[in-house]
Amino acid sequence: MTNPLVCVKRVVDATSEVVLTEDAQGVDGRYAGFTTSAHEECAVELAVRIAADGGAATVVTLGDDDAVEQLRAALAVGCAAATHVVADPQAFGPADVAREIAAVVRDHEAAGTPHELVLLGNDAADTGDFQVGIRLAYELGWPVVNGVSTVSVADGEVTATGSGPDGHETFRLPLPAVVTVLEGGVEPRYPSVPGRMKAKKAPIEERRPTADPVGPSRVRLVLPPPSPSTVQVLGEGPASAPAVVDLFEQLGVLAR
Amino acid sequence: MIVVLVEVTPTGEVVETSREAMTFARDLAAAGGGVPIDAVVVGHPDDALVGTLASYGARRVHALTGAAYDSFSGAAWAAGLMAVRERAGAVVVTAAGTSRGNEVLAHVAARSALPMAANVVSFSSLSPFTVTRQVVGGAALEEMSLSQRPAIFTLAGHAVEAAPAATAGAGELVVETPDVADADLLARVISTEEPEPDLSGNLKSARVVVGAGRGAGSAEGFDDLLELAELLDASLGVSRVVTSLGWRPHHEQVGQTGSRISPDLYIPCGISGAIQHWAGCSSAKTILAINTDPDAPMVTKATHAVIGDLHEIIPAVNAEIRRRRA
Ligand SMILES: Cc1cc2nc3c(=O)[nH]c(=O)nc-3n(C[C@H](O)[C@H](O)[C@H](O)COP(=O)(O)OP(=O)(O)OC[C@H]3O[C@@H](n4cnc5c(N)ncnc54)[C@H](O)[C@@H]3O)c2cc1C
Ligand SMILES: Nc1ncnc2c1ncn2[C@@H]1O[C@H](COP(=O)(O)O)[C@@H](O)[C@H]1O
Repeated sequence: MTNPLVCVKRVVDATSEVVLTEDAQGVDGRYAGFTTSAHEECAVELAVRIAADGGAATVVTLGDDDAVEQLRAALAVGCAAATHVVADPQAFGPADVAREIAAVVRDHEAAGTPHELVLLGNDAADTGDFQVGIRLAYELGWPVVNGVSTVSVADGEVTATGSGPDGHETFRLPLPAVVTVLEGGVEPRYPSVPGRMKAKKAPIEERRPTADPVGPSRVRLVLPPPSPSTVQVLGEGPASAPAVVDLFEQLGVLAR
Repeated sequence: MIVVLVEVTPTGEVVETSREAMTFARDLAAAGGGVPIDAVVVGHPDDALVGTLASYGARRVHALTGAAYDSFSGAAWAAGLMAVRERAGAVVVTAAGTSRGNEVLAHVAARSALPMAANVVSFSSLSPFTVTRQVVGGAALEEMSLSQRPAIFTLAGHAVEAAPAATAGAGELVVETPDVADADLLARVISTEEPEPDLSGNLKSARVVVGAGRGAGSAEGFDDLLELAELLDASLGVSRVVTSLGWRPHHEQVGQTGSRISPDLYIPCGISGAIQHWAGCSSAKTILAINTDPDAPMVTKATHAVIGDLHEIIPAVNAEIRRRRA
C-alpha cells in the first residue's frame, strides 16, 4: 500500500499570448487561461497508478483560491484527497514552496496518513526553477531522483527510469523518496464523468503557510522584444507545392 | 574564482553546452577583472580533454574520482563540486542548463541554502550580480538577483557560442577523491541501457534539414517527412515534444537541449518555434515553415512559409519533386 503525495501548480497556458502583470512580477493569466503542466499531469498519473495497490494518492498545491481548479482536475483522474496551501504563489520562491510542502508531509504523517513518496514535476511551466523537488528532499532528509518518466513501487523500493545523456537510466532506492517527473513515460488519463462528479464534491484540506516567505530572487519579468516579421508566404495548402519546389530549385538544394 | 561543472560524452569529449558554459564563465571572469576559472569533470580525463578545457581558459581541471563516481548520483556530484568550491572559495558555481547541470546545481543550491538561477541567457550587472533567465517556456525573461556568494546558475543551451580563449589556461590536472556520504549515494543510477547510436553529427553538418514537431501527430506521422528528407538528401530534425513522446530518438532533437544546426535550408513542419527550439535553428540561412497557424512564432520568424496541414502539403511537395525529376 503506497500513499504518494503529488505536487501540482496552477500555471498560465503559455501557448497563448503572454502578458505581464502591471508590477512585472508575474504573468497576467486573464487572457491566457490556466492549466497544469504536462510534467505534472504525468506525475499525477503515476501517483494514481502507484496508489492502485490499495493506497491513496493525495494532491497538493500552493496557490491562490483559483488553484482549487488544478486540485479538482487531479481528484477527477483518481487522486483521493487534496491539500491546498492558500497563498500568493508569486510571493513564494522555490525554497519557500519546498518548506511548505515538507510541512504538509510532516503534518500528514503526524495525523496518521504518512506519504512514503512525493512526486513533482521536473520544472514548473511558469517559473522554471528546476529545484523545488530537490529542495524538498533536503528539507525531509530523503533521497531524490530527478527527471524520470516512469516510476513504480514494490517491496518498499521505488524504481524509476528516464533518459540520461549516456542512455536510458534506471534508479532503484528505498522509500521514503522524492521523485521529479518529465512528461512522456505515461499517458495521463481523461477524467470520467463519475470522476468529475466525485471531484466536485470532494472536501479539500485548506491550510495557511507555516512561515512568511523569503520570496523569489526576482527583480522583474520582461518580454523579449517583438521581432518584425519579414516572412514571405508562398501559399496555402497542397496547391503551394510548385512554389515550394521552385524555392528548392532557387536555393540549389534539389540538384543531385 | 569561478567553478564550472563540465560534462563529458561517453567518447571523452567536452559536450558543446559545457564549452558554452566555459565561454560564458570567461566573459564573466573578464568583467570581474580576470578571476580564474576551474573546471570540474567526473572521472579520469585524458590529456586531450584536459587540453580542450585549458584551451577554453581552465586554470585547473578537477577530476572527481573514486567508487562514488562510478555511476551518476546528483547528490554525489554536488558533494564533489562543493568540496572543490569550498577549498578554493569560488564566488560563482555554474554549469550548462542540461538535465545533469540543472539537477546537480539545484543540489548545490539546496545544500548551501542559496538561490539558483536556471537557464540564464545573459548577465547585466556584477554588483548586485544580476542575470536574465528564461521563464514561461521562453515566452518571458526574468531578471534575477544573485547577490549572495557563491552565485549559482546554469546557462541555457546555445545562449552563447562556444569559443576557445585567446590565451589558454594552465590546465593543471587535480585528481580529487571527495568523501561522499552513503546517503548521497542512495539515489544513483543502477543501470544504463546502451544508448541509441548518436547520429547528431549528420544533423549538425547537414546542408538541408527537414524539421518535425507535434504537428506530425504520432510516431506513424513521419513517412512523408522522411521521404522529403530522402528526396533532398537532408537530415531529419525534431522538436523536444517529439523526442519526449518517444516518436523519434533524442539525437534528432534540435534546440537548447538538443543540437544546434546551421543548414542552408531548414524546413520546420508542425513546429511552433518556441524560444528553446529557435535557439538551435536560428542560424539556418533560409527557413521554410510549414504550419497550420499563420501566427505561430516559427512562421513569423521564418524567411518563407506555407500555411496548412503538413500531411497534405508534404505529399504534394514530394510528388512535385518526383514529377520534375522524371
Ligand atoms: C529548459 C527547456 C529546454 C527545452 N529544450 C528544447 C529543445 O532543445 N528543443 C525543442 O524543440 N524544444 C525544447 N523545449 C520545449 C519548447 O519549449 C516547446 O515546448 C517545444 O519546442 C514545442 O514543440 P512543438 O513545436 O513540436 O510543439 P507545439 O508547441 O505543440 O507546436 C505544434 C505546432 O504544430 C502546428 N501544427 C499542428 N498540427 C499541424 C499540422 N497538421 N500541420 C502543420 N502544422 C501543424 C501547430 O500550429 C503548432 O504551431 C524546452 C523547454 C524547456 C523548458
Ligand atoms: N506552488 C506550487 N505548488 C505545488 N507544487 C509546486 C509549486 N511550485 C512548484 N511545485 C512543484 O515543483 C516542481 C518544480 O518546480 P520548479 O522548481 O519551480 O521549477 C513543479 O513541477 C511542481 O510539481
